[in-house]
Amino acid sequence: MHEMSIATGIRDIIEDTARSQGFRRITEIRLEIGAFSGVEVASLLFCLDVVLINTCATGAELQVEIVPGQGHCVRCNDSFLIKEFYEECPKCSSYPLRIISGMELRVKDLLIE
Amino acid sequence: MCSVCGCGHNYEHINDHENEHTHHHEPRLVQIERDILQKNSSYAAANRRYFTEHGILVVNLLSSPGAGKTTLLIKTIEQLKDKIPIAVIEGDQQTNRDAERIRTTGVPAIQINTGAGCHLDAHLVGHALKNLNLADDSLLFIENVGNLICPAGFDLGEQQRIVILSVTEGEDKPLKYPNAFHSAQLMLLNKIDLLPYLQFDVEQCCAFAQRVNPHLEIIHTSAVSGVGLDIWSDWLIQKMDQVRIQKQNNIQALHRKIAELEARLGNSM
Repeated sequence: MHEMSIATGIRDIIEDTARSQGFRRITEIRLEIGAFSGVEVASLLFCLDVVLINTCATGAELQVEIVPGQGHCVRCNDSFLIKEFYEECPKCSSYPLRIISGMELRVKDLLIE
Repeated sequence: MCSVCGCGHNYEHINDHENEHTHHHEPRLVQIERDILQKNSSYAAANRRYFTEHGILVVNLLSSPGAGKTTLLIKTIEQLKDKIPIAVIEGDQQTNRDAERIRTTGVPAIQINTGAGCHLDAHLVGHALKNLNLADDSLLFIENVGNLICPAGFDLGEQQRIVILSVTEGEDKPLKYPNAFHSAQLMLLNKIDLLPYLQFDVEQCCAFAQRVNPHLEIIHTSAVSGVGLDIWSDWLIQKMDQVRIQKQNNIQALHRKIAELEARLGNSM
């Protein structure tokens, strides 16, 4: 259940930004969650609903973009979509591939009023 | 207000009141692009800076519940405590039992109870440090909450992350919980004395672990028979030497900088 920590992290970012930029209400939150980030999206959304109560983002629509895993093969100098950390290069079968995406945990943007 | 992070201020959710009024504004998109774990990362960086400045080796121990972390830790402490100063931070959801077990060895231990939390974070560790009074050039073990999933995502500022896997678990655990194994420097394959009673394929397990992380070092250990404890202790002492050398290099670099500044100041007078 570290999704609760992630959710409070998101709330803190939103409130910091709202405070520094002076806006009042957030209607939509867009998140980028990497496929290898270890976060269960359904659980995160559940936690967010709870931690956003009584904030400027109460009831905001939550949009999650899952960033697929991508590995880079040094030997082939090419990148590929991967489903696991430890996949080998589909061209030359070498591993490890350098993970170049899939670990993201980011607040991308907000729709505000 | 605490001096670690400034927490303890009255935390206010903004605009609770203003939301009661009705405002109509045009919706607008605001780019944020912020890492959600950024706050933890900044606490971790502060912890790491402190450890480096004081030459303290910090080891974060990760495993599932029951892999034998505390027992192995007690044996390790007994082996090393006469040679080096050691302290322990214990993470558990509830109870002080582990910290009490560690204190029987004579080394200081602080228990962090995470309550609803499933992992330690860098902020909790920063607070615990204030109460530990760590000696320079010492060794700090952080025994994380028994959980192979959540602790993997939270940098505590440690220099070394160790994952402990016992042979009573499945050999495919590294594949099932790759994040912990991917982020560790060393795996201790523990309870190795039980192998004759189990169908556990050591070679397969190590192959799985090194497939997830080809740089992962592996030591076989048993807290009961003592197998591997010497190798594990030597590994720790070697890492401590590296941290100490790093500290000395940093101090020398600082001295050089001071001498340089003094020389420049002398020239301009």
